[in-house]
Amino acid sequence: MASTISSPEAAAPARGEPNGGVVLAGLTKRFADGLVAVDGIDLRIEPGTYCCLLGPSGCGKTTMLRMIAGHETPSEGAILIDGRNVTGRSPRERGTAMMFQNYALFPHLSVRDNVAFALRVRGIDRKARLREADRVIEQVQLSALAERLPGQLSGGQQQRVALARAIIMRPTVLLLDEPLSALDEFLRLQMRGELRGMQRELGITFIHVTHTQLEAIAVADQVVVMDKGRIAQSAPPREIYAQPRTEYVAAFIGGQNVLHGQVTRFDDACVTLAGANGAHYVLPRDAAPVAQGQTLSFAVRRDRMGVSGEPADPSFAPNTLGGRVRELEYQGIYMKVSVATDDPATPGCVVYVEENTFFRDPVSVGQRVRCHWAFGEAHGLA
Amino acid sequence: MSDAEPIMRNSLSLPRSATAAASPPRAERAARVAGDVPRRAWTFYALAAFFSAYVLFLYGPMLCMYVLSFQGPQGALSFPMRGWSLHWFQQLWSGRTADLAGAISRSIPLALIVMAITVVFSVAAGLGFRRRVRGSSAIFYAVIVSLTAPGYILGIGIGLMFSLFGWQTSWFSSALGAHLSWTLPFGVLITFAVFGRFNGAYEEAARDLGASPSQTLRMVVLPILAPGIIAIALFGFTLSYDEFARTLQTTGPSNTVPIEIWSMTQNVTSPAIYALGTVTTAVSFLFIGTALAAVTLIQRRRAAAPRTH
Repeated sequence: MASTISSPEAAAPARGEPNGGVVLAGLTKRFADGLVAVDGIDLRIEPGTYCCLLGPSGCGKTTMLRMIAGHETPSEGAILIDGRNVTGRSPRERGTAMMFQNYALFPHLSVRDNVAFALRVRGIDRKARLREADRVIEQVQLSALAERLPGQLSGGQQQRVALARAIIMRPTVLLLDEPLSALDEFLRLQMRGELRGMQRELGITFIHVTHTQLEAIAVADQVVVMDKGRIAQSAPPREIYAQPRTEYVAAFIGGQNVLHGQVTRFDDACVTLAGANGAHYVLPRDAAPVAQGQTLSFAVRRDRMGVSGEPADPSFAPNTLGGRVRELEYQGIYMKVSVATDDPATPGCVVYVEENTFFRDPVSVGQRVRCHWAFGEAHGLA
Repeated sequence: MSDAEPIMRNSLSLPRSATAAASPPRAERAARVAGDVPRRAWTFYALAAFFSAYVLFLYGPMLCMYVLSFQGPQGALSFPMRGWSLHWFQQLWSGRTADLAGAISRSIPLALIVMAITVVFSVAAGLGFRRRVRGSSAIFYAVIVSLTAPGYILGIGIGLMFSLFGWQTSWFSSALGAHLSWTLPFGVLITFAVFGRFNGAYEEAARDLGASPSQTLRMVVLPILAPGIIAIALFGFTLSYDEFARTLQTTGPSNTVPIEIWSMTQNVTSPAIYALGTVTTAVSFLFIGTALAAVTLIQRRRAAAPRTH
């Protein structure tokens, strides 16, 4: 079967060995109106991994994806797939396939004909291409719906058709443009699991563009957070979540409180900062250079903070922040405590308190409280 | 010229009558849901009165004409009916009153040629204009302005131009050009409306799957746009088939159907002229009906496929 569909340009990858390593070198896209959508990106995506390009709308992630796919021409820089420079080549020569936002399924063709389209344009005879299409349709579990038109399918089913249509030529890199944005919340969770499963099964590289942080963290091996055409941080999801490098990443990924202070003392192990109203914070020192009097930002995860009622003693222990409870939201496994702090540089602070811990010593809305955290939980931001 | 106008209007009446047929059930449904006689604003009655007058003026004369075309052999040009017969249709067919068969044998090929040219060039323009090129809006307005040119004057102009060059005017040269000056702007306007909603991602998806530009056009773009293309064909055909003003000075020695009807009004004083009106209207309706059926069939096959996403 494989021999009927393979062509010199898009040779089927050898089974078992990962394929589709992508390297971007100085990739830049300047539009005619002067907008620099992608600004000198250097990035390596390991073969056979799941990579998410994450960022708000207008950060250049979709333009970057479209350049990798060959639907947009880079102004500068190069794109390498498995060591081959593919800049300027057609999508077919690259061995990539793209799954479009809203899928772009051909409305006049049945599921089977949609999936077989890539074989049809290569002149494969009808019988052979439909047999191959049926094999891929079975892989995405849509055999019962093969005769339907796209308009007669649900969003989740449409996505599976789009996936089948994209993988029929055995691409080494699959590019997914906001693949889950057209689905409702429930389907989104289900389909993102299916995407991850499919990536593992095929052993090829998936590059997935999204603006949803939790989606990226849930599926990716590598998360690339983008900001105004540049990479803000590229790392495994755990590292992105636990150690955001900049205030932008911390704010975008969420689940973090970002605080500020002025350096009053430092040694090899730790840095002491002075906050507003006599608060002071001690954090572990990282590799970044530090100077006396410099303003530093640092992040503490919401679930690693605690909240307790204000003590009688008005002085501050290290790593505490005073404020007033603004809102309580019960989330089932934890209580979301929003605190209006006394520090004008950090007006809002949110703490996730585990349910049992919260109800052992609850605080109420309007009450004066102290937020606190352990020394090791704070880490500096660039 | 005014005598020919009711016939020219025939072809345009169908979409309006379709709207008229669709709106009363909706009002009834609303009344049923409310379970009460809905209170209506005065605008409802004003619009209803206006619409009734409109229907009267549009369909009244047409119905009179259809009925009178079945006059008995002794019948006159006006009521009362003196028996019922197909006598005047026979008269018409025998060619004694006018060269109807000849006129139809010119008007239908002419309308088909106009239709084909209009479809090809409008679709090509629609595809071309999606990419913003320098001067594209100037070209667009130049095309649209031709819609406002008075047809009769334009026809005289074309006739003058032909005599200046010493060419013989005829239905397949000067009249063809005159018709295209009328149908092409319409075709282009419809293509722009249709292509404006066409999602470019379909073409990108086809390219991504390895289709060449011509394969993309053949296998993706044209099939998806088929209903719009049928609409353009429909307009091209009926606008040409019913065209009078631009044809009068450009058709040359042999008449098209509307010109033939007009010349009949000058010298025929029998209900045969009504029979002719009935026949030409039937041809128009047959063509429109076929086209609409084709569109409906395509739409139904595509079910509720979202096309604009």
